Amino acid sequence: MKKSVLLGTVAATAAFIGGAAMAAEGDTLKAVKARGELICGVNTGLVGFAAPDASGNWAGFDVAICKAVAAAVLGDPAKVKYVPTTGQTRFTALSSGEVDVLARNSTYTFSRDTDLKLDFIGVNYYDGQGFMVRKDLGVTSAKELDGATICIQTGTTTELNLADYFKANNMSYQPVNIDSNAEGEQQYMAGACDAYTTDASGLAATRAAFADPENHIILPEIISKEPLAPAVRHGDNNWGDIVRWTLNALIAAEEYGVTSANIEELATNSENPEVQRLLGASDDLGKMIGLDKDWAKNAIKASGNYGEIFAKTIGEETPIGLARGLNAQWTQGGLLYAPPFR
Amino acid sequence: MSELHAQTVSFVRETMIPPAPPPTRQTGALRWLRENLFSGPVNTILTLLGLAIIWFLVSHFWDWFAHSVWNAASLAECRQIIAETWGEGARGACWAVIRERWNQYLFGFYPMELYFRPVMAFGFLMVALAPVLFSESLQIRRIVLIVSAVLTLVLMAMLGSPMVWLAFAAVVMIGAVVIAERHAPWLLIFSVLYPLLGIWLLWGGSLWPQIMVLASIGLGWLAWKLLVRVSPLLAMVAGVLVTLILWLVAVGPAAEDAQRLIPLAITAVDSDQFGGFLLSITIGVAGIALSLPLGIILALARRSDMFLVHTLAVTFIEFIRGVPLITLLFVASLLLNYFLPPGTNFDIILRVIIMVTIFAAAYMAEVIRGGLAALPRGQYEAADALGLDYWKAQRLIILPQALKISIPGIVSTFIGMFKDTTLVVFVGLFDPLKGVSDFVRANFAWKGVYWEPFIFVGAIFFIICFSMSRYSMFLERRLRREHR
Repeated sequence: MKKSVLLGTVAATAAFIGGAAMAAEGDTLKAVKARGELICGVNTGLVGFAAPDASGNWAGFDVAICKAVAAAVLGDPAKVKYVPTTGQTRFTALSSGEVDVLARNSTYTFSRDTDLKLDFIGVNYYDGQGFMVRKDLGVTSAKELDGATICIQTGTTTELNLADYFKANNMSYQPVNIDSNAEGEQQYMAGACDAYTTDASGLAATRAAFADPENHIILPEIISKEPLAPAVRHGDNNWGDIVRWTLNALIAAEEYGVTSANIEELATNSENPEVQRLLGASDDLGKMIGLDKDWAKNAIKASGNYGEIFAKTIGEETPIGLARGLNAQWTQGGLLYAPPFR
Repeated sequence: MSELHAQTVSFVRETMIPPAPPPTRQTGALRWLRENLFSGPVNTILTLLGLAIIWFLVSHFWDWFAHSVWNAASLAECRQIIAETWGEGARGACWAVIRERWNQYLFGFYPMELYFRPVMAFGFLMVALAPVLFSESLQIRRIVLIVSAVLTLVLMAMLGSPMVWLAFAAVVMIGAVVIAERHAPWLLIFSVLYPLLGIWLLWGGSLWPQIMVLASIGLGWLAWKLLVRVSPLLAMVAGVLVTLILWLVAVGPAAEDAQRLIPLAITAVDSDQFGGFLLSITIGVAGIALSLPLGIILALARRSDMFLVHTLAVTFIEFIRGVPLITLLFVASLLLNYFLPPGTNFDIILRVIIMVTIFAAAYMAEVIRGGLAALPRGQYEAADALGLDYWKAQRLIILPQALKISIPGIVSTFIGMFKDTTLVVFVGLFDPLKGVSDFVRANFAWKGVYWEPFIFVGAIFFIICFSMSRYSMFLERRLRREHR
């Protein structure tokens, strides 16, 4: 009797864990369609990338990816539930099945891709770590920062990059550990550190929000590669394909000049065969990934093509004022290169 | 005054000397100052030092407060207004961020048109608490009830509550005020029902689960009643079992069926829409209400002679106290997902409430154990001598005294727990201190605002915690039985 109870418990536990693992690897597409809602992991708040407004509507560069995926899968960009994730909870939230997609400015690295069992589906923003200093410090290059005190956010890749960079250049520094961007700005403004380092996009936003941006400069050196990429769970390749090609569709749309303004027109009378295939006018590419014919059209209509999203959320027209730089199309000297839709 | 001596005495005062005030050195502010602030060299030095510190702080922060801007659309506009009004380089507080985002600090992403529901739930909470907190002081209870009734109704009207709800709240509130005057014990019925009502008002959805839960408790009570003549223990077990089994098996389906028959639902609000002080107060109140009874049981269990009960209680308390709250929260938010069957939606706020409750209960148990240990042995022996059984002895003699001794400790555990609710930010919930502030700052308009949200949130926390501490002092005075 006792033995059978024990065995029963073990069997039940095994089935339980097996079931949970199955869910994590199972058919995310089916689950999303059944739910009628995409659950998207986003940042708890990062200027330009993800932030809710006064009435609680999320917007931003990462949020646009969520909207595009929801539009591609469910036909409606509004059918997204945003789950704010912190730096500590983001990957666990994804692998435990709490979110379907993680669009949260996470750096694509080897160990995260392999050891943490994530699948990064392609880079949506090429970032890099930079330094900001006060102009009156008289520093014009990061190489002159020997012995400086530097404000650095703990527990991030930026912390490791900083150590690497100073070691490689045989310099020393005094770290001032901070917990969040807001605290970093405060410490830097109060003069607790000579330089503030974080991703260049974050530095630009921070500098733009200062009362006296003209008194601060961002040093030209970019000391690390920070390819920020949306991620999905490892193992559900079909779902990975959907998110990957949704991002590619946004990038390709910019390359082919498909915008949210002219998309309806191009869908019916475009001469370009690639555009026809992309928008479902000729081949039915959607069927191959389990979506309907209009998937890419819906995704692009959600908030425009890659260039439109960039311009609306973080581009030069916005107060953040980021230049396209590496994030320009390959035809413009950038790194964005969507594989052919064929 | 007669005229008799008018001619014989050279001077007669015809009126009294008017009473003169005591010398200035012996009265009023001057005396107070001399006695309290400058009574000796050490005191004088300390006073001057204190004044210097206050002066230092005020002189540094005064202009910042004085240059407050309330009307602006962004931090940049605030800075511009400050520069225009008080000159270039002037510092100033930009309270406009609070003015624009106060609703998110208080309610998170709760739908705006439904703000009246949490307000109503909070007002009803006051009604539910009044008979418990002020059971002996009628005057104070009356004031609390009337003030909370008026405030709730006014706030609900200001937040655009529909007339139906306003009428409902008015009936409940005014009814409570009237009943408190006539049959005060009846109010306790409302206190007992409040958890179900409060949950319904906050999360919305169908009312039927609440009714079904009540019904299953009723059936459990019936089972107890039927069996209590046979054996009190059996009756207790049967009652609890019936209720639990009904909860697990019948409540869900029955509520759905009933909902199909007679729809009785209001707009549902998801847990992830909770935030700000609504979230803190929900978690705090639930944690406080649950951790006190749990803590009492744990404290009694720890002092029990029964080996298993004692060991389990010690293990539980020491384990929970040995683990940081953040660890428990991470377990609640992340680890549980791996173990629960796929697709289970175990509400995140509920998970956090459970973790916060067991955390606070472990501390509570030790505070109450201190109270139990402080009672002289004679009290226990007296209870035994009266022939009371264990539960009666605890209920009538031991616990009332032990709890009274532990009041300051209990309330500081409550206050600590309430402040700890801000830690939920680490599991992705929007606590008012950091969670809401982070996303408010993530909007470019308010990027760079730093102190204002902290001061605003800190002030509200202070008001709530200070009230709790004042209440504990009031309760101590009220329960003082020694004639000192």
